[in-house]
Amino acid sequence: MENALKLFSQKGFYNTTIPDIAKAMKMSVGNMYNYFSSKEELAKYAIKYSTNILALELREINNMEISSKEKVSIFVNKYLENVQKSPEVIEYFLRVYLSNREVFKQGCEGFLCVGEFVTEVMILLDTGAQNKEFREQEFFPAFAMIMGCLGGFAFLSGEKVLDKDLLEYSDAVADNIYRALKYEE
Amino acid sequence: MKNKEKPTVVWFQAITCNGNTHSLLSANSNRLELFFDSFNLIYHPSLTIDKSLDDILNSNSKIDFLLVEGSISNNKKFFQISNNSTYNHLTKLIKKATYVISVGSCASFGGIHAMFKEHVGVKSVKEYFDKTLLKHQIINLGGCPVHPEWLLQTMFLLKDYGRIALDNEGRPKELYSSLVHHGCTRNEYFEWKVEGEFGTKEGCLFYDQGCRGPMTHGSCNKILWNDVSSKTRAGMPCVGCTEPTFPRDDMLNTKKNIGIPFEVPLGIPKRAYLSITGVAKTFKIDRLNKKLMD
Repeated sequence: MENALKLFSQKGFYNTTIPDIAKAMKMSVGNMYNYFSSKEELAKYAIKYSTNILALELREINNMEISSKEKVSIFVNKYLENVQKSPEVIEYFLRVYLSNREVFKQGCEGFLCVGEFVTEVMILLDTGAQNKEFREQEFFPAFAMIMGCLGGFAFLSGEKVLDKDLLEYSDAVADNIYRALKYEE
Repeated sequence: MKNKEKPTVVWFQAITCNGNTHSLLSANSNRLELFFDSFNLIYHPSLTIDKSLDDILNSNSKIDFLLVEGSISNNKKFFQISNNSTYNHLTKLIKKATYVISVGSCASFGGIHAMFKEHVGVKSVKEYFDKTLLKHQIINLGGCPVHPEWLLQTMFLLKDYGRIALDNEGRPKELYSSLVHHGCTRNEYFEWKVEGEFGTKEGCLFYDQGCRGPMTHGSCNKILWNDVSSKTRAGMPCVGCTEPTFPRDDMLNTKKNIGIPFEVPLGIPKRAYLSITGVAKTFKIDRLNKKLMD
């Protein structure tokens, strides 16, 4: 699946063919169709696969007995590590899922394919607000504050415009996100 | 009311707004008639009865059913009836009684009178008398007010069978094992996360209006009020009046953290609930976003 993610991320959804993916996965084209009825179905499976990697990481963090500030810090660090080590996972989301909405409009509407990850972000925010670490606000601005910031950084990294190593920005990014969410007396 | 064959009933009013009495008098007329035909109501302070409270207190006769409306106080200065506290009166009455039924939220759980910290010593019947040697457990009929049919069903069950299964709060399981959510005509709106507004027929009142239907035990949507309606059917959120936690602060608002409900339906882990919510919200069902009648 990582191979498929890489191909989609590098070549784009429309320029990637099933034979390309079959070749990268060392499978016959016929066998590929045993698993996925179309390229669209493969793309939908891929978005579930890639966001579930992040969902599992965030769930582990959510289950830790630490402050929400520390959770944000660890999550940002893990996310940027993913961008560095497995850029295809993040880039697939940014360059294929967000850019080709027409491919995902049936069967992947709204939160259908990214639900597990969005749920974990909800748990992170809900716990922080209950502990009075995060201030009360609507969900989507808070969600976009976290994911917009991280997505933006993944984009800057992909474009190779950052001055320093990606992980050196981790603390500053986490601090910015925390400041945007934190409870104010 | 002279028939000695019928079980005797005493209705004692303590600290109350009389809401449960009003509720009983609003019962289905056939059922109320059956009640008066089947039981001997020998005392009720709001009805024309030939006995006074003192007559009852000074009598050696047993009472089959002692119905208590209102919360109880042992402080005569705070509240008294016939120069005595409600606690002292009830102490005497309970000793005569076979069945004791707390009618409504105040008698069952303290209710609105017990919520103020200034009201020291104002408690439910069970808080004062739980350790009293009664033949039967004190039965709590939570509700503000209690549905008249719940009271009548409880009394007929006890009259005919002598016992009734109770939940952990002392409420009859027959009437309180399901949630107010069951039978709610807005359930499809709840499933697909379509929000509603106060006073309208459409939409779910759980998301913004504070509806406690999914976490409140009661038969309001199964045994309808006046045989035709319920709070949620009429566009009023359930305020959870059958639960010991009633009344809560800010009852018509859903408490949320960053748009996420603080409490989720009973028995569902929050993570699972949020996951299902996210998926359900994905679907925009035109039919559920329209008025039922234009």
